[in-house]
Amino acid sequence: MSMRQMELEVMRYDPEQDDEPHFQSYSVPCEDDWAILDALNYVKENIDTTLAYRWSCHMMVCGSCGMMVNGEPSLTCKTFIRDLPDKVRIEPLENFPIERDLVVVLDDVMEKLRMAKPFIIRHDEPPPEDQEYTQSRAALYKFKQYTMCVNCMCCYAACPQYALDSSFIGPAVLALAHRYNIDSRDQGKSERLDLLADHDGVWECSFVGACSEVCPKSVDPAAAVQQMKIDGAKEWWKQKLGGGKS
Amino acid sequence: MAIAKKAFVWGLFAAGGTVTAFVFPVLIALFLIVALGIVPEGLRFENIYAFATNWVGKTALFIVISLSLWHAAHRLRVVFHDFGVRMDNAVANAVYLVALIGTVLTAFYLYKI
Repeated sequence: MSMRQMELEVMRYDPEQDDEPHFQSYSVPCEDDWAILDALNYVKENIDTTLAYRWSCHMMVCGSCGMMVNGEPSLTCKTFIRDLPDKVRIEPLENFPIERDLVVVLDDVMEKLRMAKPFIIRHDEPPPEDQEYTQSRAALYKFKQYTMCVNCMCCYAACPQYALDSSFIGPAVLALAHRYNIDSRDQGKSERLDLLADHDGVWECSFVGACSEVCPKSVDPAAAVQQMKIDGAKEWWKQKLGGGKS
Repeated sequence: MAIAKKAFVWGLFAAGGTVTAFVFPVLIALFLIVALGIVPEGLRFENIYAFATNWVGKTALFIVISLSLWHAAHRLRVVFHDFGVRMDNAVANAVYLVALIGTVLTAFYLYKI
């Protein structure tokens, strides 16, 4: 396997020692089939053990290794060095406070995720014990793409509205809420819309679509948010005309 | 919490967006042709006037003009937000007021034809 010398410009920040973040360069001998995450692991194991970053599965499932690679929000396990120039700049995800080096604070999004009630809500009786809620294949395909989200938060780093105002609920959480809203087994849509079609909810999205462009799992949060706007507008009329929640 | 009033204006914005996307390019092309001196039979004054005196015509004109105004108003509000103007309430009131006045005037003038 051929090798390639790469220069990694990594953003470093230790809140206990540094006044502000700075860049540190590492020269890394990379194998051709490496992803950026492999190069970071090489740095951690061989050059600088103090480098902090998150990762776990190395197979696009856990969603922990989201970072800015040359300014683009990316899952570093999926960003291969063969697609990149010899010099690569790696920064923590935009729009989030930095905890240390490449690790960001995700508390805001985690709190919003809880608000969105991303689980099936039923109002009527559950099915008998030995049965399940059945669902047609067509009904499954309606929301299946949204189940692919791994909460890597690349979409939040790309979202210009979240950058302007972090009270906006944001793409991934809204897409996950929509996933349950359009699940044929779910009955919690009106409950969720009360929260997510509120002032800081779907309406703050101006449909730039950057979230869908950067999503490493090919989820389309922008579409979900637009569909939720239609649902929200319908629900608003329903509540006004029907005199309450449907 | 409840569904924000933005749901209502977004509905007008979305409807207006659909109308403007389909109708405006055609209108612009047609009136450019007229401005260049080529006036098709259907766009002659008497025919346009007849269209605007008819209730079906009036309704169509009202829908196109008023929804376009609401679309433009909401789009402008978002543009202000994107440019970092942090006075959403003031901006919203101003742009929607213009759209509302435009809507009322449209109804008034169409009624008078």
